[in-house]
Amino acid sequence: MNDVLDRDQLARLVAADIAPGSYVNLGIGQPTKVSDHLTDEQGVTLHTENGMLGMGPAAAEDEIDGDLINAGKIPVTEQAGASYFHHADSFAMMRGGHLDVCVLGAFQVSAAGDLANWSTGAPGAIPAVGGAMDLAIGAKDVFVMMSLFAKDGSPKIVPELSYPATGLGCVTRVYTDHGVFLIQREGEESHVVLREAYGLSVAEIQERLEVSVVDGSGS
Amino acid sequence: MAVEIAPSTTEAVAGIGDGATVLMGGFGNAGQAHELIDALLDSGATDLTVVSNNAGQGDAGLALLVKERRVAKVICSFPRQSDSWHFDEAYRGGEIELELVPQGNLAERLRAAGAGIGAFFTPTGYGTTLAEGKETRTIDGRNYVLEHPLRGDVALIKGLAADEQGNLIYRKTARNFGPVMAAAAHRTVAQVEQILPAGDLDPENIITPGIYVDVITQVSTASGEAAQKEGRLR
Repeated sequence: MNDVLDRDQLARLVAADIAPGSYVNLGIGQPTKVSDHLTDEQGVTLHTENGMLGMGPAAAEDEIDGDLINAGKIPVTEQAGASYFHHADSFAMMRGGHLDVCVLGAFQVSAAGDLANWSTGAPGAIPAVGGAMDLAIGAKDVFVMMSLFAKDGSPKIVPELSYPATGLGCVTRVYTDHGVFLIQREGEESHVVLREAYGLSVAEIQERLEVSVVDGSGS
Repeated sequence: MAVEIAPSTTEAVAGIGDGATVLMGGFGNAGQAHELIDALLDSGATDLTVVSNNAGQGDAGLALLVKERRVAKVICSFPRQSDSWHFDEAYRGGEIELELVPQGNLAERLRAAGAGIGAFFTPTGYGTTLAEGKETRTIDGRNYVLEHPLRGDVALIKGLAADEQGNLIYRKTARNFGPVMAAAAHRTVAQVEQILPAGDLDPENIITPGIYVDVITQVSTASGEAAQKEGRLR
């Protein structure tokens, strides 16, 4: 059996699945790690929704520029061939289907590809959404990176969301420490297909999830 | 109408009355017109509705306006941050109203206001609590939510440079909401590092044409220094 995937290995797996020449938006948190594993040969262009294509790595101490930040407000750098644009253009790029891949973190993903990642719905919490709802519906492919199980052991791929939704039917793949799940839609129907299992057998994963999982590990 | 060149930030923000809706550019601190907001604070204007991506960070700009309870309502996408303590306190005390808007909807509502669009259907937010009570429609099999334009009485934005026609250029990701807010406000005030004679900015490279700008004032910040180092400003 394969070992469970650590965060770095998971990021490498996502990076390897991004087609050469893609325009990609990496969400805040775990998804930012994906950029460490993108190769020059892949020629991927990174988008940051605060208004830039061709974003480079985080800025070194002597490169920090308050006018050049990413969506997480971290100082970044500019790649050759970068471009800047205003917010309405930046989100039109997403909404208009021009981005190829968006990689996001999540609290839960439903079997139908519904995404919950913006709010736990906890009473008294100050709500903040940022670009989460725009990103959820803003790319041809929406990849989620998360642990398969919450700290209390409950699965995070669920029949129906219990957390507030960020977007409906938008997730196409879920990258977890225990395997990569493809959410395949055919009309109204959707299927969760496990591409490869890590740390647990396919049968164990099928048993622990409350959604029906198709074993796609042989294909 | 010709653009007015204000000799100070105080004069630039003069006339913003109590209860005004103020659009404030910036994503975090990048592009936030701190000095204009400071002048607005000094002017005493209160009961303001502020439209901005965030609800202020640290102890500067919009955060101070919130701290002094001059803001009755914030329309923004991301109020809660590690350093949004002034907003957090006002919100928890029930002293500020919050309208939470997804970031792209915020930008598009501003764009719609500037472009004379009555309302628009967007897929963002469909099926979420932020779309509750809003009109929806299925168009070609996709679900959309009806969103309305967001206009301002005044916009306070930060550009890199202006010419005497009010044409603006920006710097890097500090551009963010500047261009859409300039068009969405009845009166747009821009602080810039330099005010240049007409003809000194390449017409091909103007980002915000002067038709959207009413008042410009010169304020030196780190943005200008950085642009000089790069050779983008003299």
